[in-house]
Amino acid sequence: MNMNEFEPKIVAFVCNWCTYAGADLTGTSRIKYAQNVKIIRFPCTGRIDFMLLLKSFGEGADGIIVSGCHPNDCHYTSGNFHARRRWIMFRGLLDFLGIDVRRIQYSWVSAAEGAKWADVVNTTVTAIRELGPYTDYAKVAGYLEKEGTV
Amino acid sequence: MKELIQKAASLLESNTVQVIIGYGKGSVDRTRAIFIIHAADCEQLIFDSRCIQNLAVYLTKAEIKKMGKPAIVAPIPVLRSILQLAAENQIVDGNVVVLGVSPESELIEFESLAAIETYLSTKQIAIEEKYRATIESIKVLPVSERFAFWVKELELCFKCYACRAACPLCYCTRCTVESNQPQWISVASHPLGNLEWHVMRAMHLAGRCTDCEACYNACPMGIPINLLTKSMLQDVSDNFGTYGPSLSKDNTLSSFKPDDKESFIR
Repeated sequence: MNMNEFEPKIVAFVCNWCTYAGADLTGTSRIKYAQNVKIIRFPCTGRIDFMLLLKSFGEGADGIIVSGCHPNDCHYTSGNFHARRRWIMFRGLLDFLGIDVRRIQYSWVSAAEGAKWADVVNTTVTAIRELGPYTDYAKVAGYLEKEGTV
Repeated sequence: MKELIQKAASLLESNTVQVIIGYGKGSVDRTRAIFIIHAADCEQLIFDSRCIQNLAVYLTKAEIKKMGKPAIVAPIPVLRSILQLAAENQIVDGNVVVLGVSPESELIEFESLAAIETYLSTKQIAIEEKYRATIESIKVLPVSERFAFWVKELELCFKCYACRAACPLCYCTRCTVESNQPQWISVASHPLGNLEWHVMRAMHLAGRCTDCEACYNACPMGIPINLLTKSMLQDVSDNFGTYGPSLSKDNTLSSFKPDDKESFIR
């Protein structure tokens, strides 16, 4: 890794049944993909509280991936349908507040889509690398901290 | 107004209800919520354009429930809140007497909660043109400027939670902002905590807000938080086609359609 180049910090919130298993398949298939992503496993996309996404930005994430089972494939029947509605509302609110919604990538990745997972991560990392560090949010999160620490 | 006072007094005299929640004289020339338990005190009830507080907020309070069955003075914004509370099973038919007040200040009596819905069906929530224009003017700003605009506006917030206290739909008895193990949202007037608090408040009202503006009216700093809920109301209508409270329809975020449309999920 080149130390001078900006390496985006990406947090991925994924569901246990599809995307986590899909990401596992990416590994067992020995597909290489960007190392910038930190995967956090949830029981279901329906469990991913919107505050967790905000908290990631607050803690210094430059980008976020939220991923789960395709519609109709939810382990709990309807968790992803509820999540989808919440994402639609949340995205609209964040956009209105001026939080950069291009930094949050939503996707459906099934347990069989190891290659898609690698692609989702790679394209997200490329996109965030182009957008640069999320300084707008970091300034707000680091308010009152010593200059230069943000 | 005589009609309202007479009706309220007769309700108390006949012991149909034990408390009247209405508007009375407040400090200087303002009005405030009053709780009347004696028929003779019903003379204190007033109703005019200054009565903007949303009284429905008291219906879910334990202190008020303890007083017995209430009757509530309800102009249109309060009626909408009552309907939403009923849709969320917070009010049961027959447990509250609703003394509706029409825009022409006439008393309307409702036999049931369903009758409120029928009455409101001709009075749909409509976002005023000036608000639509303001929301549009914010939406067209570049993302950084929009963020700066809101950070600046929310800078004034010192988390008195008056917006939460004034909102009839913020009825949880425990709230995330009071939880401090861990502390989710900073209690200080820090820009990050301010932003998080207002995102959380707005999200928890998504698809439930009835646009009564009690939060905005209660804010001592005049932060335009009503723009957030109005913008979300618009989003609900654009994406899911529903608008306003209803006993027969499910809440936006507690229901779904398998073919809900979006354009941002890969």
